[in-house]
Amino acid sequence: MKTFEYKEKKDTRSGFGAGLFELGKKNENIVALCADLTGSLKMNEFADEFADRFYQCGIAEANMMGVAAGLTIGGKIPFAGTFANFATGRVYDQIRQSIAYSEKNVKICASHAGLTLGEDGATHQIMEDIGLMKMLPGMVVINPCDYNQTKAATIAIAEHEGPVYLRFGRPKVPNFTPEDQKFEIGKALLLTKGTDVTIAATGHLVWKSIEAAEKLEEKGISVELINIHTIKPLDQETILNSVSKTKAIVTAEEHLLNGGLGDSIAQLLSRKMPTPIEMVAVDDKFGESGKPGELLTKYGIDTNNIVSAVENVLKRK
Amino acid sequence: MTDIQNLKQIASQVRRDIVRMVHAQNSGHPGGSLGCTDFLTALYFNTLDHNPQNFTMDGKDQDLFFLSNGHISPVWYSILARAGYFDLKELSTFRTLDSRLQGHPTPKEGLPGVRMASGSLGQGLSVACGAALTKKLNRDNKLVYSLHGDGELQEGQIWEAAMFAAQHKIDNLISTIDYNGKQIDGPVDDIISLGNLKAKWESFGWEVLEMDGNIIEEVIETLNKAKLLTGKGKPIVILMKTEMGMGVDFMMGTHKWHGVAPNDEQLEIALNQLEETLGDY
Repeated sequence: MKTFEYKEKKDTRSGFGAGLFELGKKNENIVALCADLTGSLKMNEFADEFADRFYQCGIAEANMMGVAAGLTIGGKIPFAGTFANFATGRVYDQIRQSIAYSEKNVKICASHAGLTLGEDGATHQIMEDIGLMKMLPGMVVINPCDYNQTKAATIAIAEHEGPVYLRFGRPKVPNFTPEDQKFEIGKALLLTKGTDVTIAATGHLVWKSIEAAEKLEEKGISVELINIHTIKPLDQETILNSVSKTKAIVTAEEHLLNGGLGDSIAQLLSRKMPTPIEMVAVDDKFGESGKPGELLTKYGIDTNNIVSAVENVLKRK
Repeated sequence: MTDIQNLKQIASQVRRDIVRMVHAQNSGHPGGSLGCTDFLTALYFNTLDHNPQNFTMDGKDQDLFFLSNGHISPVWYSILARAGYFDLKELSTFRTLDSRLQGHPTPKEGLPGVRMASGSLGQGLSVACGAALTKKLNRDNKLVYSLHGDGELQEGQIWEAAMFAAQHKIDNLISTIDYNGKQIDGPVDDIISLGNLKAKWESFGWEVLEMDGNIIEEVIETLNKAKLLTGKGKPIVILMKTEMGMGVDFMMGTHKWHGVAPNDEQLEIALNQLEETLGDY
């Protein structure tokens, strides 16, 4: 199989910060808001350089979402940043009424998503956010896999007219996608071609799936790996094309089973192409404090879990 | 400028529209609508610098208005139609299938005059703050107005926005509170009291004005005063005393008509108290 290399590990939130700064330089309609987490979201560069277009909202996320909605009236493109927990569950009704139902061009930028937030524990480790956001009519949901892709996604969503949920994280992970990539919303990326099984992964679990595919290759199993950076709208064509060939699929994500990527793909396949499917996701649990790697292992969403899921799904072919 | 007598005629007709719309579907909120009729008449037909025939979402170089207490949609729809945003006949579609006049206002169906959904309370002040900031960025010196219920002030987001507006010196915003003292379950003071509301807003860094919202002359005068206070570094709020159900005697002095429609007989009594000045829709 194709091999993937990286020069360094970088955090996806820094990709967001870099993308936002790039946007700020080229488009004066880009404005940014943050709820007292400017450093954590890597928004400092934008806030310092474009102080007149940066709004510190304090620890008041509900107001931040409403202000962001209002800023669109008159042509601004607001990027509202905070931790994923406070960017979704805490402000669901503000997003629902003032942003999604009102069809406002707000970019909700959510860092520290999932278990890999680590030591802060379950209060901050939201694993329901993809589900919450994808249920809102018209909301685009994006979960890029590394620094370069997050930067490219941040820049790309400014061109999309309408609400977007952009999800990224805290830990440093292999930065393996091309620096100059063009990010196309809703277009899944085929990372490796294979014939025995499809793995559809999103976010941090894309690299874990690459590791799993390498292990499976050693066992003689040919994996077709797809990076689903856009969970909604889902790239149905790429998934169906792959599954029509491999006849088995495993999904992988740093999210709950309910409401996640696997749930979306299962819905698609059960209606259009019933196929054996296994899902690597967290099953109806809150997280806990720990190192990111330890948590992925304990909660069953690590490389070895993907390998096992593939072996299980192949038995059902 | 339209003179006071004309404004009073418009207000009377708007009140007829309200009770007729709510009666037609046996659904909607007449109490607060009637209470805010004089204010919205004065705002739309005297104060606002706006362009009803050529509505744009961005509203550049126009004043903007946001209704945060979206349940008083009947009065707003009537005002918008009579100001020329859309055809009067459309008022008959209020709360019916395929209508642009949803139970609570939304821009989703493309109704001219509406820039933001409201209904879930407490969100409109934040939105108005955002729109006011964009006006500043765009060097657009027109103003942003918003209206809120007093019960709505129990929502925490209002006070988040109040702090935000003062911090960011949003001085191109004039917010009005419909201080009728009533909410669905009863008198506001018996539910969750607002305490000394004037002192609250002042302590949050706002310039506070007060007026009787059912005296059109006083509304105009106070709005003029508020406009003179803009551009001085502080957001402005007007505490507006109103009578819920104003203009229809049996709907006044009680919270019971917050969200209840009149029956046929009650409609007739109400209409007999409200002069038809401009023709019913």
